[in-house]
Amino acid sequence: MADGLVAHVDSHEHGEAHHPDLQHHFETLGQQHEAATLGMWVFLVTEVMFFGGLLMAYLLYRVWYPEAWAEGSLELDIVLGGFNTVVLIGSSLTMALAVRAAQTGLPKATVRWLLLTMALGLTFLVVKFFEYKHKWDLNHIPGENFTFEGPHAPQVEIFISLYFALTGLHALHMVIGFGILSVITWMAHRKRFTPEWSTPVELSGLYWHFVDIVWIFLFPLLYLVDRVHQLN
Amino acid sequence: MRFFKYLVSTDHKVIGLLYAGTSLCFLLIGFALVLVMRWQLAYPGEPVPLVGGLFGVANAPGGIVLPEFYNQLGAMHGTIMVFLGVVPLAVGAFGNYLVPLQVGAHDMAFPRLNLGSYWFYLAGGLVMLASFFVTGGAANNGWTSYAPLSDLAPGHGQTLWLVGMGLIIVSSLLGAINVITTIVQLRAPGLTWFRLPFFVWAQFITSFLLLLAFPALQAAAILQGMDRLVGTSFFLPSGLAVSGQALNVAGGGSALLWQHLFWFLAHPEVYVLILPALGIVAEVIANNTRKPLWGYRSMVYSVFVLGFLSFIVWAHHMFLTGMGTTISAFFQATTMIISIPSVIILSALMLSLYGGSIRFTTPMLFALGFLPMFGIGGLTGLPLGLATTDVPLHDTTYVVGHFHYLVAPGTLFALFAGIYYWFPLATGRMMNDLLGRVHFVGSLVCMNLIFMPMFVQGLAGVNRRLWDGGEQYAHAQSVLSLNVTMSMAAFGLAFFQLFFMVNLFMSLRGGRVVGANPWQATTLEWSTESSVRAYRDPYVYSLPGAAADFVPQDQPAEPS
Repeated sequence: MADGLVAHVDSHEHGEAHHPDLQHHFETLGQQHEAATLGMWVFLVTEVMFFGGLLMAYLLYRVWYPEAWAEGSLELDIVLGGFNTVVLIGSSLTMALAVRAAQTGLPKATVRWLLLTMALGLTFLVVKFFEYKHKWDLNHIPGENFTFEGPHAPQVEIFISLYFALTGLHALHMVIGFGILSVITWMAHRKRFTPEWSTPVELSGLYWHFVDIVWIFLFPLLYLVDRVHQLN
Repeated sequence: MRFFKYLVSTDHKVIGLLYAGTSLCFLLIGFALVLVMRWQLAYPGEPVPLVGGLFGVANAPGGIVLPEFYNQLGAMHGTIMVFLGVVPLAVGAFGNYLVPLQVGAHDMAFPRLNLGSYWFYLAGGLVMLASFFVTGGAANNGWTSYAPLSDLAPGHGQTLWLVGMGLIIVSSLLGAINVITTIVQLRAPGLTWFRLPFFVWAQFITSFLLLLAFPALQAAAILQGMDRLVGTSFFLPSGLAVSGQALNVAGGGSALLWQHLFWFLAHPEVYVLILPALGIVAEVIANNTRKPLWGYRSMVYSVFVLGFLSFIVWAHHMFLTGMGTTISAFFQATTMIISIPSVIILSALMLSLYGGSIRFTTPMLFALGFLPMFGIGGLTGLPLGLATTDVPLHDTTYVVGHFHYLVAPGTLFALFAGIYYWFPLATGRMMNDLLGRVHFVGSLVCMNLIFMPMFVQGLAGVNRRLWDGGEQYAHAQSVLSLNVTMSMAAFGLAFFQLFFMVNLFMSLRGGRVVGANPWQATTLEWSTESSVRAYRDPYVYSLPGAAADFVPQDQPAEPS
């Protein structure tokens, strides 16, 4: 990152003060890049606090109802969850490669990696849809029609509610990320990014990685929380 | 058509003025709601004069306010004043207009996000207003929306409240991201951190508070929305009964979880209300005493400490929830500690007056009024922060008096000071001085007549949120007549706000035209250069040997 900035500043000094992507209220592309990056990180802080609030609810109820948590988490499909985890980590790799391609001035490769990232994101969402559908078929949707056989059914309902709240909001972030990447891919296709100005690709990469990291937390908290009893 | 053009402008000044106009309207609406409440408290069960027929049969048959409607008024007064009035005015309007100017930036870092922030705010406000017209009326569970009451409230008012809050939160977060990035990245050359005006520091910390506190309420609002719409029971404990009927919910949830998530936001939120006000007062005082601020650096450090501590005091709103003495002791200790930086800032502002040749301008009057009023509000908070004394005082009108002293003659006075002070910057005209002075004196007297008796009633044990103002309670009888005093003062306060409104509109067209720097101020917002550079500290007044009694920050050093 630091090297890239120096490069921006240098190119500016060599007479590229009026780069078409430089907005009027910034002095240099480097300053614009730093401001945009800081803004994105600050936004991600709000996201951390947002999911933190939800995880606070998770923490409370897990301490209150450990048995229900064990029961509930066994209801989740560890194979599909594990598959999705691999898919998302893979999409983080392709996203990083897309950023790299944009920074090194390879528009075709950028488009290719971005499309692959979107395909992986879509795969995740499709798998998630079938997981939700399975819950729907079993009447495991919280509310009046919730049915669950087991000693801690009402508490399991809270687990399932949290499962839907957490994964649902995560999926919403995925959908938004998919939308952002669509725009970025279009811009990359139009050759809008150069080694001097690839900040939008980098920022959407930051967002995409953040959404992946949220899943890295959700997967063990929801799917793996009490598998150890199953292993024994 | 021209108005529409303003609605889509990404210029920070236009957005700031949009915020100012909209938030002033919401302040007026929130104030109107409380006037109806004050009538009901003074004359319970008597029809509201003049406007009583407008509320509809469902809310006020024959003009008599029903208890349910009273609850709506109370909940929405708090919500509108805090989230749609004071914060957007202090942060959205003053922050947007002044922060880029004071740091010498050409605009906010993200102009389009800035405009988006205003739209989300406007949408949130309109949703809140619309909720009055749905079946069952607006939210009526207090501005705190405590579960399980709010979870189970019939009608759509509470759901719309959650939607409105969601939009307002998005707006605040976008604004906070913008302010932080602008201050960090877009300061003018030479404007080092400790050359920033105190107002900028206050906005900086305020933005961090918004940034870190609001998402927790966003999460809580989504959970409560699921409780209301989907049928989850995050905040619904087992074994609930309403009107003698056991409720058919899964239960097992925690009502206290809502309180924790809400106050994790709402305590930092009260500092969001106060810090920009302190910033404005600091600017006005430095300018009108013609002196540098006393203890500028200790004020900056204090505001940092204040911001940090405000995140670990929230449960002092919950001493009566049975959370245990250990936890109470912790939050009691942090609450006592947080008063230290507050007192440092207030003392520094007081000491700044010492030895100054004070100009008693209208903004300065409001700033001077702010200091003791804020002091009363702060000191009356101490008994509430101690768990033992909070037990009898909790949920009495004493609490209402306490926080209104901080926000009404406190923050609102500072905001008025800011409006009178920066009006010439925005319009090139002065506001009328005489009307301003009448506005100040009238407001000061009326505010004290409204809020001081609340301490008396509260110490007598009169609860807040009573529809009849305590008429049915034996222990309230000796202080009941104060309700009439307070209500008369409230109507008087409304009367004196007319002076402000007339002044505002009259001065837009007919105010005395002034030059670029009518207050002879030093900070960068008064500079007429398109690109500025800072050469010195923010408040260089009365410099011995200087040509004038003020040296602007962007004035180059004279060649010696």
